[in-house]
Amino acid sequence: MLTAAIRKTFAEGQDSAAFTLDVQFEAAAGVTALYGPSGSGKTLTLDMIAGFAQAEAGRILLDDRILFDSGARVNLRPQERACGYVFQNHALFPHMTLRENLAFAAQGLPRLERHRRIAEQLDRFKLTALAGRLPHQLSGGEKQRGSIARALLASPRAVLLDEPARGLDFALRADFHELVQQMRASLEIPILLVTHDLEECFALADRMLIYEAGRIVHRGAVSELRSSPGTAAVARLMGGFNVYAAEVLALDPGRQSSRVRLLDTELDGPHLPGCFLGDQISLCARPEELRVANSPGKNRIRVDLVRTKERAQLVDADFGSELVVSVSRERWAEVSEAGPKAGWWVEIPAAALRPLSSAPAPR
Amino acid sequence: MSIDWFPLRLSLEVAAGATAVSLVIGVWLAWLLANKSFRGKEVLDALTALPLALPPTVLGYYLLVLIGRSSVIGRAWEAVTGAPLVFTWRAAVIASTLHAIPLLVKSSRAALENIDRAFERAGRSLGASEWRLFWRVSLPLARRPIAAATALAFARSLGDFGATLMIAGNIPGRTQTAAIAIYDAVESGDSRTSLILVLVISALTALIVFLANRLEQRRGGAVL
Repeated sequence: MLTAAIRKTFAEGQDSAAFTLDVQFEAAAGVTALYGPSGSGKTLTLDMIAGFAQAEAGRILLDDRILFDSGARVNLRPQERACGYVFQNHALFPHMTLRENLAFAAQGLPRLERHRRIAEQLDRFKLTALAGRLPHQLSGGEKQRGSIARALLASPRAVLLDEPARGLDFALRADFHELVQQMRASLEIPILLVTHDLEECFALADRMLIYEAGRIVHRGAVSELRSSPGTAAVARLMGGFNVYAAEVLALDPGRQSSRVRLLDTELDGPHLPGCFLGDQISLCARPEELRVANSPGKNRIRVDLVRTKERAQLVDADFGSELVVSVSRERWAEVSEAGPKAGWWVEIPAAALRPLSSAPAPR
Repeated sequence: MSIDWFPLRLSLEVAAGATAVSLVIGVWLAWLLANKSFRGKEVLDALTALPLALPPTVLGYYLLVLIGRSSVIGRAWEAVTGAPLVFTWRAAVIASTLHAIPLLVKSSRAALENIDRAFERAGRSLGASEWRLFWRVSLPLARRPIAAATALAFARSLGDFGATLMIAGNIPGRTQTAAIAIYDAVESGDSRTSLILVLVISALTALIVFLANRLEQRRGGAVL
């Protein structure tokens, strides 16, 4: 268990605005994602946990050890913190072979034990054949595996990953995700993952801390946040949600449904506990849960196509006014052929609409 | 008439000694300046560059004051070894060392500061002591520019004249280095000796500078 409460203020600089990092959180064993825009303090948080930067005030506890406590004037050196840090650029020592890089991390062990552990680790990360190579002779994915293998050899009590998948292509990203999942399954320690990729959070993390401007504005289990971000502000911050202003036209608690007006169209809505007729509310829907069609129908809205963005397996079709729909490439091939002639409709299933509290994101 | 090779041999020995001493002190100072923040850092920074700017005779004068026979250091040395420190080859080493240190500090500091911080951070988070980090990570990563600076420091020591003359004197067969012997030969009209020494020193220095440039240039690729 990692517990951190840290604060640090940076005065306004010549080319930087004043910035305050002020966060408190707990990270149990498993993957905790630190998600948010660049410059929101995610990497700084990792650096303070690892001991590369010092907080002004606060406490950092890892299991039963105090890593930092401003009140008691405790500030362990990075060497004593047992935090495995995986750097964005991997930071494999360029003048050492992969094996030597691993040996550097296993220094404290007796000779035979060291050789055994290094061999095991090379094998586990499928690096045995590459052990004699220098880092510049390795591919991006191999460097990544090497740097994680090295960090884990030092038997850390927490692993800190600083945007490790940045700059990796789709296939390598999948490999990396598998690697983190393996690590999560085999190690009972907190794994902190800094990222600004929402899909990565969903794929890897158990819990999320959402950063904005030096604070954690929202936190929770990924499974909960994913289906219902809670507030419109968090939904916007997380991205990947269509957020609508809607008016409640009818309520039918018995059938767990409602009628709402959104985007000037009357639609079947979800069960809306705590709402009254005529309320102005916010609803959100994930792009994957909406459907594209070429004909009118129930809960369908007539729309015009604004633009499309192709991803690996999906196509994001943007129909304007918060109507982004993600559909499979196959489905897209079908509808996009008929679309220009027959016209476009987006279907918003009642179950896809989730109520949001209109309160601002909690501080 | 055979030529006296002693000044050249002495010069090489003095330069080798001065380079060795200034390498240790210079890299240590460079590491301090690159990694630590302490009071008086700027003063130390300026002091290490001073020998480069001061006239050699001024530097020699200070050295005489510092290690001359009546100084604290000079007397202590004499009490322990039974002979004075000034006007010996050791004094020539000290003078050359002082001239070589600024070169080494400047280049080594830049080289150490150029290392990606992530490497040092990675080393620390893997539990390596600062000492191990220096020998296994920082120094190997900065080795080319430091080696180039060392070569230049050797060349610089080889040619030291003013400070060496002030503090080690011009005693043929004992403290007369090549640079001083050239001056002597020119003064006494021995143009053959002076020409040969000049050519040998020029060739040596050119070779060292060429080597230093090669070391600097081959930085890309495997190392950085």
